[in-house]
Amino acid sequence: MRKVMSIRKAYGQTLADYGAENPDVVVVVADVTSSTQTGFFEKRFPERFFNVGIMEQALIDVSAGLALGGMIPFANTFAVLYLRAAEQVRTCIAYANVNVKMVGAYCGLSNFKDGPTHHVECDNALMRSMPNITVIEPADAVEVSKFIPKIAEYKGPIYLRLTRAEVPVLFDENYEPEIGRGIILRDGSDVALIASGVMVSRCMDAADELKDLGIDAYVVNMSTIKPLDKKLVWRLGEETGAIVTAEDHSIIGGLGGAVAEALGEGKPAVLERIGIRDTFTETSLSYEELLDRYGMSVNDIVEAAKRAVKRRG
Amino acid sequence: MPFHPESLVRELDEIAQRLRLDALEMIHRRKAGHPGGSLSASEIITALIFHQLRIDPKRPKWEERDRFILSKGHACSLLYAALARRGFFPREDLKSWGHLGSRLQGHPDRLKTPGVDMTTGMEGHGVAVGAGLCLAARLKGLNYHVYVLVGDGECQCGVLWEGALIASKYRLSELTVIVDYNHVQMSGPVHEILPLDPLVEKWKSFNFATIEIDGNDMRQVLDALDLAVEIRNKPTAIIAHTTKGEGVSFMENTHEWHGRPPNDEEFKQAAEELRRRIKRYEEGYVY
Repeated sequence: MRKVMSIRKAYGQTLADYGAENPDVVVVVADVTSSTQTGFFEKRFPERFFNVGIMEQALIDVSAGLALGGMIPFANTFAVLYLRAAEQVRTCIAYANVNVKMVGAYCGLSNFKDGPTHHVECDNALMRSMPNITVIEPADAVEVSKFIPKIAEYKGPIYLRLTRAEVPVLFDENYEPEIGRGIILRDGSDVALIASGVMVSRCMDAADELKDLGIDAYVVNMSTIKPLDKKLVWRLGEETGAIVTAEDHSIIGGLGGAVAEALGEGKPAVLERIGIRDTFTETSLSYEELLDRYGMSVNDIVEAAKRAVKRRG
Repeated sequence: MPFHPESLVRELDEIAQRLRLDALEMIHRRKAGHPGGSLSASEIITALIFHQLRIDPKRPKWEERDRFILSKGHACSLLYAALARRGFFPREDLKSWGHLGSRLQGHPDRLKTPGVDMTTGMEGHGVAVGAGLCLAARLKGLNYHVYVLVGDGECQCGVLWEGALIASKYRLSELTVIVDYNHVQMSGPVHEILPLDPLVEKWKSFNFATIEIDGNDMRQVLDALDLAVEIRNKPTAIIAHTTKGEGVSFMENTHEWHGRPPNDEEFKQAAEELRRRIKRYEEGYVY
């Protein structure tokens, strides 16, 4: 068993540490200080911390204003609530190309106990379809920490999708993620499992099981969903001819959608998508149980990989 | 409060009339645009661009400049005409408005047009964006003032009042919101579509200082803008009563001219009316 660590805590702590280095960073929250662990930042830099209450539309607009004034705002609300502010995001962030970092907390099904109103299956689809927006979903606490300075120093809007869950640690301190680059975590030859966020570690487990079945699976951490690392997708498609994507998001419009588009326009390969299958979900007492129930179990990945290999022939 | 000499008021008022004609010419040429809400805002936009704002056409990105957000972005014909006359880009460019490849988009675009501080066009955003700019100014140690011109129909947008709550929370005295209260919106009179009154009291209750003026009276506009800068510890809302379509008799006080261009005959008549106004200044009848 790998050690588990909280992604949001790593985010909050790193943002506070980075805030000491970069005086332009400001944090704006819509009443989600504890949920996003941005209290670390608030405590150290109260003058650079703005809680605007439950006003997601103004969260986006005021962050746009702060960015126009030369600051680097990290805007924070629940991932599902970016849908409420979608027009603000499109007009004032994407079209105006304003340097705001939008942090979507409690993504996917990770707020399992609050139920489908608080789950979100379509935020990446929304963000990914808007020009100028980069979409990033880190796989563990190390990756989110390493990404913070890179995200802050990147010129342009970014959507940073964070899970509420504690996630197995995959990377060590030497890991250096890059915006726009997928990372091969495990080499293979028969099939490539391409995942983002919490599903990366599930794909690692699936790869272990597939090995026992005689199937060598690549595992790729595709933490940048847009711009997609198409070269890597094409290379693995050519090499294996069988791709499986996995994400805690709808199979429509997110990582699976992006990979399907890339394969369709580039070098076609057999594709199976693991994710929420165009359905609303339910409340649960456990995140793991909810992922399993909605087709994102390790076994689901294994079966998808077997199907992909079989279809490829 | 500084006294505004009659000569200044007169000079600015003349510019405001010329901009009305510029804007209407642009709308007629392009066969698209928003006459009513552009004409109503001419004194306000003129006072800002030609007098109130600390801006430099040679340095449109100057960090210390005052900021102006035309939140009612559909009045951009008048803004473009003003920026051109102020020297931000050649007046010749106005002819390209809305053409493919033009720096002048259908609504203001901060990335394409010098002098446009924020992209607008979808109603409601200016107040919250302006509040963010004020917060940034404080952190950066800059003392620029932020002016946001909103429409009255725009005051129906929830996000506008969200922005007002933020401005109130942080006591953003660097923020002045001007409401172009022309009482007419796209599909009819504001009081029929969705009543806003008592509008002054609404802004007051959001902890804004309020000033109520005739927004087509240049002296009143200038005085209100000066007063707004002097108010400490809270943001200001200037409720500027204006006439939709001001200056063109058949466009006044009707929603019919919110978003439709005049045909050749209509433009001819409108231009004659506006030229008569301008002539009164040229011939010195207005003192």
